[in-house]
Amino acid sequence: MNMMTKSIVSAPRVPAPASIRHEGSRVLRAGFIPLVDASVLIAAAEFGFAQREGLSLELVRDVSWANVRDRLAFRQFDIAHMLSPMPVASMLGLGSNPSPTITPLSLGRGGNAITLSTRLFARMQHKADLRDDASALENAQALARVVRSMKERGEAPLTLGMTYPFSSHNYEFRYWLAAGGVDPDTDVRLVVVPPPMTSDALAAGAIDGFCVGAPWNMVASERGVGRIVAAKQDIWPSAPEKVLGMRPEWADSKPDTVMRLLVALDAAARWCDEPENHDSLAEALADSRHISAPVDIIRHVLSGKFSLDAKGNSRVIQNYFTFHSDHAGYPRPSHALWIYSQMVRWGQVPYSEAGTAAAASAYRPDLYRAALGEEAAPADGDLRIEGERPDDRFMDGHIFDPGSLSNYVESFPVAWRKPHRQDEDT
Amino acid sequence: MVQGELTILVIDENAIRASIIEEGLREAGHSQVTVIHEVHGVARMIESLKPDVIIIDLENPNRDMMEHLFQLTRTISRPIAMFVDRSDTASIEAAVEAGVSAYIVDGLKKERVKSILDMAVSRFNAFSRLQRELAEARSALEERKVVERAKGILMKMRGLSEEEAFALLRQSAMNEKKKMADIAQSIVTAARLLL
Repeated sequence: MNMMTKSIVSAPRVPAPASIRHEGSRVLRAGFIPLVDASVLIAAAEFGFAQREGLSLELVRDVSWANVRDRLAFRQFDIAHMLSPMPVASMLGLGSNPSPTITPLSLGRGGNAITLSTRLFARMQHKADLRDDASALENAQALARVVRSMKERGEAPLTLGMTYPFSSHNYEFRYWLAAGGVDPDTDVRLVVVPPPMTSDALAAGAIDGFCVGAPWNMVASERGVGRIVAAKQDIWPSAPEKVLGMRPEWADSKPDTVMRLLVALDAAARWCDEPENHDSLAEALADSRHISAPVDIIRHVLSGKFSLDAKGNSRVIQNYFTFHSDHAGYPRPSHALWIYSQMVRWGQVPYSEAGTAAAASAYRPDLYRAALGEEAAPADGDLRIEGERPDDRFMDGHIFDPGSLSNYVESFPVAWRKPHRQDEDT
Repeated sequence: MVQGELTILVIDENAIRASIIEEGLREAGHSQVTVIHEVHGVARMIESLKPDVIIIDLENPNRDMMEHLFQLTRTISRPIAMFVDRSDTASIEAAVEAGVSAYIVDGLKKERVKSILDMAVSRFNAFSRLQRELAEARSALEERKVVERAKGILMKMRGLSEEEAFALLRQSAMNEKKKMADIAQSIVTAARLLL
């Protein structure tokens, strides 16, 4: 795949420095999943940001995160749109093909939501006398009451969909359920549903709810099959979402390409944040090569205007998507450690100091700083205490101190309990 | 086989390709082969079948569901790893290129599984070739059909014999440096608009 000859073909306006000529092709193959949070990559490819840095991004749409992981590992992709827990899982050796993966850039914040079937929501309203503008926590508590009464009546447990075992959706869904008093391992059945199929699966009654990225929540609510009960911002505004993944050895062998790529993506992210660019962005995203979803819905999603259901209940979420501002692109290691804490909380991996170090090593703020300068990095440090600032609380009020990770995990009343689980399995 | 038969599960939404794989496995002497076309209920299938090898197509979005399943089965000590030999990147790349993925039970001797994966890769490639040829044949058939219709229109409108109509089509194609099917298509379209 080393296409040395091709590197001279597409000349940028400014001649490339000598170093990049030794790094082979400037065409980068980037894998992505059709979601609005692939915006930064799509904008960089479609609106000239990559080209300005002398790079060409070849976007390849894929159907599953497992494929994205494997195609990155086996060099079919140079870089990839990934779930933030994927590089962390890879460094911890989790999953069926853990191949070392790092991230030097976050692709933004926001975009997820939890949607329940309209039938289930009606039951919650009936049971708990829920207002139409109930908070995410009140919704979760109402669900807990329904789950308890279903248990008493001997009904089958609810089936809830998320996207991948190592995903923000898995951890956010579990966080929301647990905060309301539902044990995600024993009270309900969590399954994986590919994002584009969530709305159909909900309509068909195969699942009772799901947690997934945009635009799929709104697709379900506008069809009248689902009711949005929580957004990512309600669970934890700073929660990490998608990242740019790459192989560490690829990054090591192409330092100049990595720097250029980060500069290009940073500029694209800044552009994506500007509301006046949202019409162009929405059109590029809606294209059949990318997300292939109605442009109106994508425009609404970008502006944070939410149809909660098909009855006209709506809500505006400020900064529903943040691609650049407030250091949205900075790969903050405390985020990697929060992801690790959730992996430990839900029994995916035991806690250890070595694990903590491995998890943190997936995030590479050093590469971010090298490309974008010290002044682009946040002033409040790499290992920030999370959930402390008034505008950045966790929905249950917990505070995450990366320095005492295992205490943090212990502090949750609902978590994976080993003895309890073994009883169930034997 | 001395070591006991391997249990193999093939998951492929494409029924024809799945049967090609199945046939290959049986030819190679594997008799414990199960094929499923839809992923619905695959969890239960894996639990009851306890396959040593799972072959799944990469275009299947339900791979993420399998990933979740393996994450759960890990807790009941049934580790499943992917691909045969991580150091054999050439054959792994060939598999990914061909669009097939395999999961094997950790600890299985790689010689035992390598031939299975190699066979799956070559059958996947053969299937793609077959499909390409089929698509070409289909478009050739479409072209012949449109030429026939254009010929009919010319015969009727201009009172030509079949041979004259064909000669006229061919001559126009040569004059305009186009394919005969393209000329025929414009005649059919024009006739639909004008008549």
